[in-house]
Amino acid sequence: MPAVDWAALFGHFLLLSLLSIGGAITVVPDMHRVLVSQMGLLTGAQFNASVAIAQASPGPNVLFVAVMGYQAAGLLGAGATLTAIMLPSTTLALAAARWAHAHRDRRAVQAFKAGMAPIVLALMLATGWILSAETPGWRHLVLTVAAALLIWRTRVHVLVLVAAGAVAGVLGWV
Amino acid sequence: MSAESPELARPASPKELFFAFTWLALQGFGGVLAVAQRVLCEDRRWLSREQFLEILAVGQVLPGPNVCNVALMVGDRFFGWRGAFAALAGMMTVPLVIVLILTAVYAHFALHPVVASALKGMGAVAAGLIAGTAFRLASALRFSPMGLPVCAAFGALAFAGVALLRWPLVWVLLGLGALSCAYTWRRLRAAAAARAG
Repeated sequence: MPAVDWAALFGHFLLLSLLSIGGAITVVPDMHRVLVSQMGLLTGAQFNASVAIAQASPGPNVLFVAVMGYQAAGLLGAGATLTAIMLPSTTLALAAARWAHAHRDRRAVQAFKAGMAPIVLALMLATGWILSAETPGWRHLVLTVAAALLIWRTRVHVLVLVAAGAVAGVLGWV
Repeated sequence: MSAESPELARPASPKELFFAFTWLALQGFGGVLAVAQRVLCEDRRWLSREQFLEILAVGQVLPGPNVCNVALMVGDRFFGWRGAFAALAGMMTVPLVIVLILTAVYAHFALHPVVASALKGMGAVAAGLIAGTAFRLASALRFSPMGLPVCAAFGALAFAGVALLRWPLVWVLLGLGALSCAYTWRRLRAAAAARAG
């Protein structure tokens, strides 16, 4: 890949980092536009596979960005896209957290934290809803609801639930 | 809100943060947030549920992956930028190696029907984990200055907007979020005035 393309890729992901309110998954449509349509670095199938692989793998979902970079330009590509998507947002997050902590007694900071709490919880619920709506079917729903009840009401280990889900899938129950 | 409950613990070193975040990231299939809440609040007791929600609120509104923002802020709270870096590196390093290995062997495993059906079951569980964690954290709302009915109303609106009507997240955060914060601000001011008067 020519140096100009490296710079364009790196620069674009730096920009997307600052736009990714709600996580890197929210800027996926624009990544598709640049990587697949505009630069032709990935095929559409490779692009979709990148998201799927990262979701099947443990760890933060943002790692799909490294998978895209890897498929486009090997390890160097993975390093470039992941660094670019993380650097601006982490710097900003750290600065904002310090500011909020230093001014934690201000009414505006307290109003922000308390006011956002119900919205943040609703967004988590919405994430569960959207993820579960992707695969319709009542058995799938039963598994989802059972996992939700168990994590809410009991102290059963997360890995036990994930493993149970895998077993249920292999046995053809979902 | 800044009062720390006495039974909370704290990590001994940035190294402990690194390994704690590595371990919690490795348990997170289809999202780390549910595991992060479990490990940080219930297992390690480094944060109360209220503190976790506050950190999450800041992490949600800012750009960037939410769980990475949470890792940074938790690390920073205990050991400054060294802690922030240790927590984030812990969350990313080993999972990055795993996901790249998976990518390299993707063609061999992705089409395998056993793997595909296992992933389907794990996906159903992941959806349940994130929803169940929201219910678990909701217990923290009983301390909210907004009062529970108003909390529930804003939560229901935000859920309907994002999950059912599929509004862009930015508008929900900026629009409903601003309304909710403004309402809370007025409540806090009224409470302060009542105390003073």
